[in-house]
Amino acid sequence: MKALGHVFKYGDNVDTDVIIPARYLNSFDAQELASHAMVDIDPDFVKKVQPGDLIVANKNFGCGSSREHAPLCLKTAGVSCVIAETFARIFYRNAINIGLPIIECPEAAKGIEAGDEVEVDFDSGKIYNKTKETEFQGQPFPEFMQKLIAAGGLVKYTNSKK
Amino acid sequence: MGMTMTQKILAAHAGLESVAAGQLIEAKLDVVMANDITGPMALPIVKQMSDKVFDKDKVVFVPDHFTPNKDIKSAENSKAIREFAKEQGLSWYFEQGKSGVEHAILPEAGVVAAGECIIGADSHTCTYGALGAFSTGVGTTDIATGMATGELWFKVPSAIKFVLTGSPGPYVTGKDIIIHIIGKIGVDGALYKSMEFTGDGIANLTMDDRFTMANMAIEAGAKNGIFPVDELTEEYLKEHTKKEYKIFSADEDAQYDEVVEIDLAKVRPTVAFPHLPGNAKTIDEIEAMEPVKIDQVVIGSCTNGRITDMRKAAAILKGHTVHPDVRVMVVPATQKIYKQCIKEGLIDIFIDAGCAVNTPSCGPCMGGHMGVMAAGEKCVSTTNRNFVGRMGHVESLIYLASPEVAAASAIAGCIANPEKVGER
Repeated sequence: MKALGHVFKYGDNVDTDVIIPARYLNSFDAQELASHAMVDIDPDFVKKVQPGDLIVANKNFGCGSSREHAPLCLKTAGVSCVIAETFARIFYRNAINIGLPIIECPEAAKGIEAGDEVEVDFDSGKIYNKTKETEFQGQPFPEFMQKLIAAGGLVKYTNSKK
Repeated sequence: MGMTMTQKILAAHAGLESVAAGQLIEAKLDVVMANDITGPMALPIVKQMSDKVFDKDKVVFVPDHFTPNKDIKSAENSKAIREFAKEQGLSWYFEQGKSGVEHAILPEAGVVAAGECIIGADSHTCTYGALGAFSTGVGTTDIATGMATGELWFKVPSAIKFVLTGSPGPYVTGKDIIIHIIGKIGVDGALYKSMEFTGDGIANLTMDDRFTMANMAIEAGAKNGIFPVDELTEEYLKEHTKKEYKIFSADEDAQYDEVVEIDLAKVRPTVAFPHLPGNAKTIDEIEAMEPVKIDQVVIGSCTNGRITDMRKAAAILKGHTVHPDVRVMVVPATQKIYKQCIKEGLIDIFIDAGCAVNTPSCGPCMGGHMGVMAAGEKCVSTTNRNFVGRMGHVESLIYLASPEVAAASAIAGCIANPEKVGER
């Protein structure tokens, strides 16, 4: 599986309140949530994002609230992958559980700029910056998480154990 | 190799002799909780796995974020969890009027106890670590899986040990200590890790101080915060819960990533400036700055809405009036706390000073309702997050503080030192 798209770049500590502010959490309709994605950090995000685009950020991406609405709104808005130096732990779990690919890679977070065209190979963890012709190796998922992802998320994994 | 307190609780719940940091385990859950934001989204996912929850005594719903319902959509969400709770015959469903903010009501009602393995679909679920439990926040799919199966996978965390010594000064609370700590280690300083609090200084902290500190472990990125069980904890547990509890303690030779020593006597009243809980400034640093004029004060939340917080705020506000340019909201975190405030005359003090007293709700903390801010407004808040737009407009600013600093600021109209209220 691969992702290919252009990059939206953000800094440290992008919190779930800016990814999807609580004022929109009276709904859990994925399309509606997606229409407000990133509104408090980048009001133009929803207008500009194309299916397949990627988010690249520095450390502690997704810190704050446990709202699964955050990875869900990004995935539904068309984001194919989030690359960050590090992720906040609840966001990390939530992203895996709903099937939003995420990769920890400090080098890629530094070496990729807004607007770059980037390709990610999820099987190998290779991140290729087509614009700058540079390549990075992302952290592969531990085996257990690969099993979760391969099963199609936590719910399907749980049901497969019955 | 020895285990941390957290690792011992996790090992016991995974049916293992021992666990090590980094190990992936499946642990049995004692309490699985969701609220009116995360709960409704979980219900259809639960049904994909099971018609019935795994244990009607262990699955808990607390409608508290947008309640009393702020609009039609939130009313529909509350209705969905209310009907689910009835259909499943849940023992613990906390309806408005008999309820409060989730992380205040669960310990108060005796739903959570020492030694347990607890998940909640709310990031501040780490609060119950104050009781010596492993307790952590998760998202919707995880909580749904917990409700259906009673188990969840965890990566065993490593830990940072915080050795607390000494006794805090008269206007220094758990809030000042935890903001001081987050300022020291950073908002990702404990990422994926446990924050294990130890040391003689803990004996000088009230249970409410400990709840506040464990509550904000997530603001340092931690998986959980945890306190040892001492006489005070056991007294609290005996008063509040009928559950049998188990006391765990870290092994003597437990491994820690880092040991941080904190002399509580040296901690000053401390405020987190926008836009990160780790952006800590002491009251002395603030007094040396241009005054930070404010528009709003919020005293409440899962962090600081308990009876000790109410008493401390009232002691400052007694005989004073709120600055004419400031709006103050006091939100006791549960009905029981609210009633105790009435009994002790605290509500009279708040209302006489010019504060609005709201019914228990998370409302203002996450810009939900009852206290949403306009562009350019500034708020001193006893809540836990000061992110961009957290309490309303993206151009509003939040300063996180203790109830005493918040109360002193309400009187002064700017961020103020509670030590000097009498001088005004």
